[in-house]
Amino acid sequence: MMTWKRWPMLAVLGLALLSGGCGGKDDDDKDKGKEREEHGKEETELSAFELEHGIGPVKEPIQLGAIDKAMAATGKSVFETKCSACHKMDTLYIGPALGEVTTRRSGAYIMNMILNPQEMVERHPIAKQLLAERMTFMANQNLTLEEARAVLEYLRTQSKNAPKP
Amino acid sequence: MFRTAHVLAGAALLATLGCATSSKPIGAAGDAASRVYVAPGEHDELYAFMSGGFSGNVTVYGLPSGRLLQQIAVFSQYPEKGYGYSEQTKAMFNTSYGFVPWDDAHHPQLSITNGQADGRWLFINGNNTPRIARIDLTRFETEEIIEIPNSSGGHGSPYITENSEYAVSATRFALPTPQEDMSIKDGKFGGMLSFVKIDPTTGGMTLAFQIHVPGYDYDLARSGKGPSRDWSFFTSYNSEEAKTLLEANASQKDKDYIAAVNRKAAEACVAGGKAKNWNTPYAHNRVGEDGMARTEMIKTQKVLEVTDCPGLLYFLPTPKSPHGVDVDPTGEFIVAGGKLATTIPVHSFSKMVKAIADKAFDGDVGGIPVLKYEAIIAGEVQNPGLGPLHTEFDGKGYAYTSIFISSEIVKFSLKDFTVVDRVPTYYSIGHLMIPGGDTEKPYGKYVIALNKITKDRYLPTGPELTQSGQLYDISGDKMKLLLDFPMTGEPHYAQALPASVLKEKSQKTYSLTDNKDAYATKSEKDVKVVRQGTRVHVYMTAIRSHFLPDNIEGIQVGDSVFFHLTNLEQDWDVPHGFAMLGAQNSELLIMPGQTRTLTWQPQRPGVYPFYCTDFCSALHQEMQGYIRVSVKGSSVPLVWNGGSGTLGK
Repeated sequence: MMTWKRWPMLAVLGLALLSGGCGGKDDDDKDKGKEREEHGKEETELSAFELEHGIGPVKEPIQLGAIDKAMAATGKSVFETKCSACHKMDTLYIGPALGEVTTRRSGAYIMNMILNPQEMVERHPIAKQLLAERMTFMANQNLTLEEARAVLEYLRTQSKNAPKP
Repeated sequence: MFRTAHVLAGAALLATLGCATSSKPIGAAGDAASRVYVAPGEHDELYAFMSGGFSGNVTVYGLPSGRLLQQIAVFSQYPEKGYGYSEQTKAMFNTSYGFVPWDDAHHPQLSITNGQADGRWLFINGNNTPRIARIDLTRFETEEIIEIPNSSGGHGSPYITENSEYAVSATRFALPTPQEDMSIKDGKFGGMLSFVKIDPTTGGMTLAFQIHVPGYDYDLARSGKGPSRDWSFFTSYNSEEAKTLLEANASQKDKDYIAAVNRKAAEACVAGGKAKNWNTPYAHNRVGEDGMARTEMIKTQKVLEVTDCPGLLYFLPTPKSPHGVDVDPTGEFIVAGGKLATTIPVHSFSKMVKAIADKAFDGDVGGIPVLKYEAIIAGEVQNPGLGPLHTEFDGKGYAYTSIFISSEIVKFSLKDFTVVDRVPTYYSIGHLMIPGGDTEKPYGKYVIALNKITKDRYLPTGPELTQSGQLYDISGDKMKLLLDFPMTGEPHYAQALPASVLKEKSQKTYSLTDNKDAYATKSEKDVKVVRQGTRVHVYMTAIRSHFLPDNIEGIQVGDSVFFHLTNLEQDWDVPHGFAMLGAQNSELLIMPGQTRTLTWQPQRPGVYPFYCTDFCSALHQEMQGYIRVSVKGSSVPLVWNGGSGTLGK
């Protein structure tokens, strides 16, 4: 005859089997760990730097001086090949007009948006808002850090208040 | 009583949850599910490249999961990728017979360095109109196809050499060599063994030389390794030279031959001017730096007659209509699958060398010395089963042979040639493959059976049923069935290598800056439409999520419109598609940074839409455009939007 003492143990065993499924490998735990990690990432609050300068490989403010004409010329050619299909200077096209972007956003923000658009639209409040409005992702065109910096220099020349070279 | 009932109910509940033990599939190991389980988001341990058989493709699977990862279009037009339809890829199908858009893909071979897969290229043969293709393994795309002249049924191919110096090819069907109009019954037919040189840097193929041999059916091949590295081996059947009802007439003799070719001797004879120039045209198709496939028609080839080159070729008598010929990792044992034999003969390379030195010959056939069977045999595997075909090796001293008629794999020792294990396959196994099991350093761990027939293994799908792969664990003494999965076409041979060799070098995009296509448009400001008589070139771009131009007027019935579409994206996994109403070919699928061209011949006046076929963003459904078609000679001007176009301005 079974006693009361043994019955709860069987119940526990049954539950363990139920929740473990047939595989019951530690892979399941690994997956859960991953999920937690991913959730954790989203929940992390942005630092003051990230709020102002965006999230990405550029971790310090970009010091901007007089326009570097050679760099701006390089930036123009990169922009025309990889960006101009979606961005115009004076008008909203697929993405926002960029003529005055350097007066709206910091240099580091612009570079991080170019270099790390996926994470920016997932986590940065401004980029998230823009995605919600436009419904189209900023394409990652895989620019190098130097190319992104050159595009920034070109964009500076497009502003009505552009600093003199 | 009450409590006991609860316990029983609990047990019943557990039973209905269906944990594997109660419904174990026939033959599978108890822990099979967990052994092949690759968690969502995790990657497989191995890439496997399977011949897609009569689909003409190569399929890429992950092992051990058996998940289909990709289909590489090789010998068949493949509308999904626009392969063989786009202007850039059409030339891949050119042959001396014209445009041949299908072939029967058989034996994939990974390029090897020092006898081990190096993950650079995959070669595969087309059997019907004999060809060899080279696939680049950074892009998983076919880059080159060379036709093999003076051959038919390019079956014993490509079976490359120890450092990918050559891919070989043998003619399966004897035929007039060179071709001429003659009586089938009375005509004297010949065979041809071909050696295609592989450029060590580019992988580019050139037909180095051919060897003219007696008119048997040359079936399969292997090149040697280690001590036998300078030799290639070809099985033959139908040494009876029957031309009708081969089923009976080609099985008269007790023994046929393995042709052993000394490649160094061949090279020396060719260098010494012993080869004759033949003039059978053949095509060589290759993708250029600009992404465009082009054809070179070649008119001559060097052919060696065996009698002009002593020491070139020896016949190894082998029972009975041998099929596979496989060389073990040490390069010493040459295992023949005598498909109608009752044993598996294993020849010894060192004995063969000695027999040649000792002139231990049993006469000759057309000047080709026939070695004495007893002088070269290392052993015979007794009672292997019915219909032994192909053999792979685990690098631990064991060989695994597929047995067709009795549907099984037998494992035997290379020490004493005794069978140590056997497992059933479901059903009618052809080739089998151990990852690296044909190289000097097998990866081992698994063997996969490539089955021709599946009968009752899956849900029925009408008269035509799928073929299958079956994965067995070979890490222990006994083989254990782990997984059974459907496969495309008839899976002939396969190759596999550790994922780590390939995955880091897999290309993500094409560089837009480096795009050398003559019709590439690298910026929206450069889009244009150019008329040259009745030929109209549309320089078009695509990016999420629009085409430019997306409105064109001034096209006329009778025009040929070439859409040269450049994908401006530079991010991974963002191809765009292009489909044109009424186009009599296929869609285009354009990888990031790439240009592809589709030709369209409008037939009736009207306004016709085109659209993107590959889901690219939330606004993919908006990725569309219109073309206005007018009657021939119409005065509607040629206008478009974007770039220098004036439409909509």
